[in-house]
Amino acid sequence: MDKNMDKAFRNDAWAKVTGTAKYTDDYTLPGMLHAAPVYPNCASARILKIDPSDALKAEGVVAVFTAKDIPGSVKFGQIIKDYPTLAEEFVRTTGDVLALVVARSRAQAIAGSREVRVELEMRRALLDPEEALLPDAPLINPEHGSNICNLHHVRTGDIAEGEKHSDLILEQTFTTSRIEHAYLEPESALCHLRPDGVMEVLGSMQHPFSTRRFVASTLGLKLSEVEVKTVPMGGGFGGKDDTAALVCARAALCAWLLKKPVKLTYTREWSMRESYKRHPYKLQYRAGFKKDGKIQFVKVRMLADGGAYCSVSPWVTWRSTVQCCGAYEVPNVHADVYAVYTNNPFSGAMRGFGSPQVNFAIEQLIEMAGEKLGLDELQIRRVNMVKQGSTTITGQVLDTHVVSLSQAMDTVLKEIDYEKKRKNCSFGNPMHEQWYGIGFAISYRGMSLGAEGVDFNSAIINVQPDGSVLIETGVHENGQGSESAMILIASEELGIPKELIRYRMPSTSNIPDGGTTVASRGTLLGGGAVVKAAEILKSILASALDLPEISLKAGNVCTKEGKKLLTWNEAIRLCYSKQIYPYAFGTFQAPKVSWDEATGQGNAYFTWVYACQAVELSVDPKTKKVTLINMVAAHDVGKAINPALAKGQFYGGMAMGAGYALWEDLPVEKGLVKPTNLHTYRIARAKDLPEMKAILIEHPDPNSPSGAKGIGEPTNELMAPAIANAIYRATGVRYPNQPLRIK
Amino acid sequence: MMQTTINNKLYIIDETLLEQSLVYYLREELGLTGTKIGCDIGVCGSCTVLVDMQALRSCKLKLKDIIDKSVITIEGVAAEDGSLHPLQQAFIDCGAIQCGFCTPGMVLFALALLHKNPAPSRAEIRAAINANLCRCTGYQQIIDAVQQAAKAMTR
Repeated sequence: MDKNMDKAFRNDAWAKVTGTAKYTDDYTLPGMLHAAPVYPNCASARILKIDPSDALKAEGVVAVFTAKDIPGSVKFGQIIKDYPTLAEEFVRTTGDVLALVVARSRAQAIAGSREVRVELEMRRALLDPEEALLPDAPLINPEHGSNICNLHHVRTGDIAEGEKHSDLILEQTFTTSRIEHAYLEPESALCHLRPDGVMEVLGSMQHPFSTRRFVASTLGLKLSEVEVKTVPMGGGFGGKDDTAALVCARAALCAWLLKKPVKLTYTREWSMRESYKRHPYKLQYRAGFKKDGKIQFVKVRMLADGGAYCSVSPWVTWRSTVQCCGAYEVPNVHADVYAVYTNNPFSGAMRGFGSPQVNFAIEQLIEMAGEKLGLDELQIRRVNMVKQGSTTITGQVLDTHVVSLSQAMDTVLKEIDYEKKRKNCSFGNPMHEQWYGIGFAISYRGMSLGAEGVDFNSAIINVQPDGSVLIETGVHENGQGSESAMILIASEELGIPKELIRYRMPSTSNIPDGGTTVASRGTLLGGGAVVKAAEILKSILASALDLPEISLKAGNVCTKEGKKLLTWNEAIRLCYSKQIYPYAFGTFQAPKVSWDEATGQGNAYFTWVYACQAVELSVDPKTKKVTLINMVAAHDVGKAINPALAKGQFYGGMAMGAGYALWEDLPVEKGLVKPTNLHTYRIARAKDLPEMKAILIEHPDPNSPSGAKGIGEPTNELMAPAIANAIYRATGVRYPNQPLRIK
Repeated sequence: MMQTTINNKLYIIDETLLEQSLVYYLREELGLTGTKIGCDIGVCGSCTVLVDMQALRSCKLKLKDIIDKSVITIEGVAAEDGSLHPLQQAFIDCGAIQCGFCTPGMVLFALALLHKNPAPSRAEIRAAINANLCRCTGYQQIIDAVQQAAKAMTR
C-alpha cells in the first residue's frame, strides 16, 4: 500500500476477514425448521387448486402454508399494496410464491416443495410493456384500474418554440437491459416468536423498518410486536428492499403459525427467479439543437417495464423524469415517463435508481448531436452543462452548493490524457489490428430521496460512565461501511478516538424509523443526525459544567475558545455525579423540497452531486471482443469521511457499470428469466476489468451537517454510456441498445 | 478408519458420510460458517477452502475428497493466538472488504497464490483471483491487498 494512502477503517473488518462475522444463514436456533417456496410454471394463470397432501406425507415435512393461512393482509407494498406474500387467486409472474413447505431440514423442505400439486388455468401473459398499454390488454392488477403503474411528466417552456429555433433535430430510441443485483449472499431470514410475544426477525435485508412493516402486515401485528435485527449482509445494491422483506415475512408467517423458529434461506435459483430487477427501459428522444450546440428542446417518452408489481417503480421513474435531460440546461422540455405493469418479473430499486437508463441514452445523444453539428464531445457538453447558478429543467436553481461538473470533467480528462489519446481512435479503420476507443460521460444527480419520500433520520449518542460511547443511527449497514462512517463522524465531532466508540447492533426497536438506506443517503442523512446528536451532547456537557457553551477536541472538554477545562473522562464522570445523563438523541431533517406532479416543476432535491467517468478500450475487429484498458472516475462527494472506503464505492460502481454495458442481461422467456445462476448471468470477473483510478473531489455541502454527500449510486450511472461512447470511437458504430453486442 | 485434518484438528469421518457435501459439513456439522454459499454450483468461489494448500470449491467437494488431506478454512488462517495473517491485515488496511461475503474465499485463494508465488505481479494476482466473484469492490483493492501482503511477507 502506498504510504500516502489512507488506511481503510471498518468496524466489522476483523470479523469479516476471520470468518467470524455471522450472516443470517450462519445462525441456528434450537428446534429450528426450514421453509422452501413453491413456484408456478407460468407467468399468468388463475389458481384452481393447491393440494399439499402428497407433500405432507414426505419425509420431514411439518406443514404446507398457502395464502389462506395468512392471518393479516395477504398483499403488501411500499407504495401500492399489490404484492401477495403468497399468491391468492391469480399468478401474475413466474416469481410468485404459491405455497411454503416447512420441514425439519432444508433438503426435506425442498424435496417436499416438489410434491405440492398445483392446478392452474393459464391466462394470456402480457410480456411487452407496449402491449400492456393497448386498450384491449387484460388488467394485471385490476384493482389498480390500469396497466399504467404510474406516469410522471415534465412540462417546461414550449416545444414548438424550441423546434422553431432548432437547426438540427435528432430522433433516437434507446433500450436498456433488465439486470440482476447479483449480491453474493442470497436472501435469508430466520424468525422466531420470543417469550415476550414479539416476532423477532433476523434477515439479510437493507431496510429493516420496511421489513418490519411487511412482517407486521402479514401477521396482523402492531409494529411494536415485531423486532427486526440486522446482522452482516452480503450485498444489496438496492436489491434487498421489498424482495428481502418478503422473504422475512414468509419465514415469520411460518414461525408464527408453528410457534417454532423457521429459517428461509434462498438458493441462487430462487433468488434470480423471484427478486426484482433493474427496470428495462425504452427511451424515445426527440431533441433540437442550435448550430452553436445549444439544446433548444427535448421531448422524451420513456417506458419502464415494472413487471407484475409496483414496488418502487413510481420513485425510480420519478428520478428518470427529473434527470431526463442529463446534466444539461434545456429551456423547453416535454417528458412522459411511464412505469407499466406486465407479467414479467417485477422491477424495483437498483443502485442508480432510474438514472443509469437515462444517462445511457442522453450521454450518447449529446455526442451524436455534436458530431452532426461539427462540435466535438467536449464542446457540445461545455455549451450545455449545468454550472453555478444554472436552472434545472424542473426550475431548481443550483446555487446552494458548489456546482463542480466542469471540474469533474476536466479532472478526469486530464488524468486520462483524453485530448492526446482521442487522436488514436480507430472509428472502425480496417487498417487497425485492434480498434482503439476512448470515451466518457458526465452526470449530475439529486441527492437522497428528494420529493419522492419523507427524508429524515436520527442518531443516539449514549456515553457510558467510563467514557466509552455507544452510537446508533437509523441507517443500515449494507456492506458499504455506513457504521464505520458514523463512527468516524462521531469521533470527529466528539474529539475522541474512534476506538472509544462502538456502533450498537441495529434493531427496529432501538431507534425510530429512519427510512431506507438507499438513494446514497446513509452518510448524508445518518451522518447529519450524528452531528446533530453531538451538538446536543455538547450542550449537555456544557450544562454539567455550568457554562453556556463548550467545545470538544483531542480528548478534552474545552471552552468555546478552545482552552482545556477537563478531560473527556472527567467531564463524563462529572455528568454522572451530577445525575445528568450524557445521552443525546439528534435528528436531521433534509431541507425542504417541492414538486408539482402535473408540470414536473419544483426543487426536486435539496442538493446535487457531479461526476465524470472515462474509459479506454479496444475492440478486436475479428472476434468483436471488447477489452477494457483503463477506467478513471472523479466524483464530488462533498467530504470524504473514510477515503479508502469511498474509493471502494468508485471501483465497485465502475465495475458494475461496465457489466451493464457489456455483459449483464436477463432475457425473459414466457415471463421466466432465462439465467438461473451465476454461470449463465455474467458479472465482471477480475480479468474483465482494467486498473481503475478514483479521484475524490471535495466541496463540503452547506446543507449537509457533516459536509458529506453520497457516493454509492453516482459511481454506477456513468460507465455504461462512457463505454458506449468509447465503442463508437473504436468501431465507428453507435449502439443504442444494451447489452452492447458489437456487430 | 478414515480421517481428515481441518484447521489443524483431526476429524474421524464415518464411512456413511463420504458422499456428503463438504461445504454443508463445514457449515452445519462443524459450525465453520465462515465458508459461504453464494451459488452452490462451483461458480462464485465464496465457498473456497484450501485442500493441501490448493484453493478448491467446497460446494463441489465431498468428504471423500478430503480423506487424509489437510483442509484450511477461513477460521484457520489467523494464528492460534488470534493474531492476523499479514494477508488478512492487508485486506483490512487496503479497503478490500465491503459486504465481506466473498472475503473468506478471496483470502484463501490469495493465500494459495502466495504459497506458490510469493511475489506475484498485479497481473498475476488479477489472473489468480479471476476465479472468485466479488460484486462490491471491482477487485481493485483486493489486488492492492494481495500485493501489500506479498511485500510484507517477503520482507
